[in-house]
Amino acid sequence: MKKTALSLSILAALTLGSAHAATVVKIASISPLSGSNSNLGLQIKNGAQLAVNEMKAEFAKAGMTLSLVAYDDQADPATGTAAARRAAADKAVLGVVGTLNSGVVIPASAAVAPSKLTFVSPANTNEKVTDRGLKNMNRICARDDAQGPAGGDFVADNLKAKKVYVLNDKTPYGQGLAEQAEKAMKAKGVSVVQSEGVAAEERDFTAIITKIQALKPDAIYFGGLYGQVGPFAKQLRDKGITTPIIGGDGFDSDDLVKLAGSGANNIYFTTVAPPVDAVPAAKNAAAAYQKTFNQDIQGFGVMSYDSAKVLLQGILNAYKLNKNKVPTRAQVETAVRSGTFKNLTTGEVKFDKNGDRMTAKMYVIAVKDGNRSTAGTVNVIRK
Amino acid sequence: MDLQTIGTILLQVAVGGLSLGVLYAIIALGYTMVYGVLQLINFAHSEVFIAGGIVGYFVFEALKDASLNGYLKLIVACLAAMFVSGGLNVLIERLAYRPLRGAQRLVPLITAIGVSLVLQDSLRFLVGVRGLFDLSVNLPKGFTNSITTFLGVNISLLNLQVKDIILIGVAGLMMLGLNLLVNHTRMGRAMRAVAHDRQTSGLMGINSDSIISLTFLIGGALGGLGGVMFAMKYQALNAYSGTIPGMKAFTAAVLGGIGNIPGAMLGGLVLGWVETFLGVVSLFQGIPGLHWLGAIKAEYKDLGAFLALILILFFKPAGLLGKATTEKV
Amino acid sequence: MTTAPVRPNPLKTRPVGGDRTWLLLAYTAISGLLLVFMRDLVADGPMKMLQPVLFGGFLLSLLFAYQWKAAPWAKMLVFAAAIVFVLPFMGRSNTSYFDLMIQMMIFSALALGLNIVVGLAGLLDLGYIAFFAVGAYLWGIFGSPQFAEVTGNPAFANGINPAYFWLFIPLAVAAAAGVGVLIGLPVLKLKGDYLAIVTLGLGEVIRIFANNLSVTNGPQGIDAIESAPVPWLNSLAHTLGFAEDQYRLFFLYILVLGVIAVTIVVNQRLDRSKIGRAWIAIREDEVAAQAMGVPLLKTKLLAFATGASFAGAMGVIFAAKQAFIDPKSFDYFQSIGVMSMVILGGMGNIPGVILGAIVVTMLNLMVLPTLSEVLQSSFPNINQNLDPSKYQRLIFGLVLVFMMLYRPEGLLPSERRKHEMHSDDEHPAVDSITTENLNHGGELGGHLRDGSGAETRSPGLATRRDNERTGSEK
Repeated sequence: MKKTALSLSILAALTLGSAHAATVVKIASISPLSGSNSNLGLQIKNGAQLAVNEMKAEFAKAGMTLSLVAYDDQADPATGTAAARRAAADKAVLGVVGTLNSGVVIPASAAVAPSKLTFVSPANTNEKVTDRGLKNMNRICARDDAQGPAGGDFVADNLKAKKVYVLNDKTPYGQGLAEQAEKAMKAKGVSVVQSEGVAAEERDFTAIITKIQALKPDAIYFGGLYGQVGPFAKQLRDKGITTPIIGGDGFDSDDLVKLAGSGANNIYFTTVAPPVDAVPAAKNAAAAYQKTFNQDIQGFGVMSYDSAKVLLQGILNAYKLNKNKVPTRAQVETAVRSGTFKNLTTGEVKFDKNGDRMTAKMYVIAVKDGNRSTAGTVNVIRK
Repeated sequence: MDLQTIGTILLQVAVGGLSLGVLYAIIALGYTMVYGVLQLINFAHSEVFIAGGIVGYFVFEALKDASLNGYLKLIVACLAAMFVSGGLNVLIERLAYRPLRGAQRLVPLITAIGVSLVLQDSLRFLVGVRGLFDLSVNLPKGFTNSITTFLGVNISLLNLQVKDIILIGVAGLMMLGLNLLVNHTRMGRAMRAVAHDRQTSGLMGINSDSIISLTFLIGGALGGLGGVMFAMKYQALNAYSGTIPGMKAFTAAVLGGIGNIPGAMLGGLVLGWVETFLGVVSLFQGIPGLHWLGAIKAEYKDLGAFLALILILFFKPAGLLGKATTEKV
Repeated sequence: MTTAPVRPNPLKTRPVGGDRTWLLLAYTAISGLLLVFMRDLVADGPMKMLQPVLFGGFLLSLLFAYQWKAAPWAKMLVFAAAIVFVLPFMGRSNTSYFDLMIQMMIFSALALGLNIVVGLAGLLDLGYIAFFAVGAYLWGIFGSPQFAEVTGNPAFANGINPAYFWLFIPLAVAAAAGVGVLIGLPVLKLKGDYLAIVTLGLGEVIRIFANNLSVTNGPQGIDAIESAPVPWLNSLAHTLGFAEDQYRLFFLYILVLGVIAVTIVVNQRLDRSKIGRAWIAIREDEVAAQAMGVPLLKTKLLAFATGASFAGAMGVIFAAKQAFIDPKSFDYFQSIGVMSMVILGGMGNIPGVILGAIVVTMLNLMVLPTLSEVLQSSFPNINQNLDPSKYQRLIFGLVLVFMMLYRPEGLLPSERRKHEMHSDDEHPAVDSITTENLNHGGELGGHLRDGSGAETRSPGLATRRDNERTGSEK
């Protein structure tokens, strides 16, 4: 029968196909590549790609062909979980960089925890991500309860604000951050005149600005992403309101300045990523990113680049421990959790027992007249 | 809370809601016209609309250094956007809806959703994932200025900007023009005939296909104009920016009575006002007896739009200005 | 596709041709075996596309088993082998298949539920996913640490006893049906597209509430949701060689199969019952139905509530499968997704709707990701803007458009709808009443024509021979 012949040829082809692939090693990125968050998700993918490109040679020396496989989670938890399971099913994948949304990483990392597929997250700041104590879940970004208070303290101590208006974008990121900042500010005796949310896709701030005009706060804390903060700042400044706006690492992008235009003034944000010029490694990464993708590197790209490097260095460490053989996922998991990683753009990374960064220097970046400068640093230490 | 503050806030809501509402209204007109002739929810309209914004952006970009009056630039941008969006809409109709003429109703609806998805990613291919946002640089300077005095009266507390005035003016003109076209021209009569009964209008010698194309052209052009207005108002857009305003505008069209042109306008305004009002309503918790308003925070703004829709349809099932149709048996 | 040699299109040639028992068995056996073998053989590169092709091919054998004229025992054998052996075995060796299969079945049940509302009763509901959310949140809140947060009682640090899971499935059915009635009461007097947009709005209202209320933990979502404890099944899974982390999926696989079976039976019975006839009557002509004594609001509410109840039950299972839920999983795009499954598959036809759910889910979770993986590894230096992984939605959109253009009646239409679609080519009248009367008038007695497929006996799905089609298809 024709079909049998076909099946046999397929079988033959399959066997042949597997003969070549001896020591392919892959890392995966899981982030939204389609839909309205694709802008951020693509930075995560590109950052990881940059690190893979950079370390390909080193892996080749060790007899491993390194590549990145990018998955689209569409910012949807079920799709993200399915993507993680796909990655786990591919035996060559030793770790994952991702995701953008805490709502995706929480189920996805739990689903592949038994397969010991290591996650290094560049962007999930929600406390729950690591507080579950999963062995495979690590992150290099600051937690909400580190970042929020850092911003809150800055509002109270440096800006000396007495009345603050708190806004969040109703995403796990924005709301978690705003809640923590609010807590810290209240502890310092700052009064929160109103704390509320606005849908992340909303670009019309007429109502919010009317409210701010009536409440006259000394500062505005906005837990949100630059794509929304930019237009907000612009509309606010257009109405002649110069109140400072403070936020978290979601503001970290040059696009913030472009979006806010003339309104890019008196904006502050907290981040673990230092200004690009401050660290040589960051400068090189930025140049390489520009060259590869013909775009400026932005906050999520920086963090993802570092996440991928942590993961890749972890794989190399595990490789050495495994007597120069391709390590297992379990070995990678241990190596990432216990290793100390240097040469990163955001400083040294070492994880605590839950996968949070033990020490991190946090910067408060000020945006004035469209230019950034460092307004202060905070040391975050977790025991 | 004194009366003056309350008055100021309400005034600002009225003005802010108006400016938002007319934008919804412009987009809603595109939905309502297409619905009028085909009884089809054109889900792709939100992308047609944002395509207009993108075209407008490119025109502004191209004319950045031209020594042209800012208002002339705006007119050029609007015309280009209307042309492209109108054409796009006609093309969509030709390729995706016309072959389904007479098919069961849900079929073109699904096609429309498919077209919308295709357009989103295609537009993203065109403008890149980061979208376009340098309009602030390109837009003529005066457009964002605040208007502080009107006929010698200080109106700075209204928060009005030049672009709001343009937006409101354009919407008003469009509404008038459209009304003239539909109610007082032969073409308009043909459109109404096709909307009313396609088959019979065919017997009367009206080429319904070309009238439908024309409707899509006008609806798309209005969408394109709305896109430029959107770009002017918010000065940033990407391939997905159209989804939310599109959905709101569609809600507005239904709220006003879908298929009805003044209804779309009214629906847009109602929605703009409801939304803006709900966004600030918690300020009134200071008024004695209204303490509970504090619980209605800005995040419930979008809820207001849909609740208004449900409430209005509950009492007027055909929308504010829609005529209740009697079933022919 | 590897299925190319088996050319006869099952969709067209059902009654013709001889007995295909052996062909069916051979085909299923071969594709099943290939599927089993290939899991360790497929490496990177273009060969990876074989995975979805083979898996799809295998699933097609189930469709053939349903459609073809073959001995009943062979049909049963094919189904049994797939459900008991091949699919769990694939799941065991590759957990992502398990995830995929459960997701397929969850969506199948959702699509079947929506099929009652849209396909049978003709009520266009664009907010259907809200009922799914009701079920998911109901179990999510009670069966997770969130319950301790809500009640402030530390005794519920892990939620209530997971054994209550069984109670929550009927509870969710009741709750979703209740919400369906509550929502339906004010809106069901609306017609057509007004109803569509209002249900869309209500779906959004429920999502916005889930995103803002503290009982649902807002955008942060609910984590660590439990599933029912089934020790005996776990030990069975253990004996069968499943890994420990697959126990939950194994249990859910069996549970979902059970629920799907119940759903299908209910669907079929409803389709043929008095209520089903009333729904179809309403769909075809409200006024006439009312004149014949069908209570409009009550019948519509019943459709709404019945459809909702399926979604409620599946919500509980979805929450248990994901162990995490947040409002993002229940946005309007998901409603649209389920709607497209119903229509792609073939509205009003149970196997069609299931096929639609399977095709769409497989496209989204398997075919497109695999395609993107393959293209990424084949062209590592592809231009940023051309990266295939970014165009999943575009491809999905194109599939929707082309399907509707070339097969508007769906992949596996009900006989009646097939006929409707094409009769309209000749009579482009919008007024469906006339066309209906024109074309159905002479065949009222023809329901029991060939009697081979279960659906043809249904009152709503009157039959018509393929060669009687008119219009462009011919």
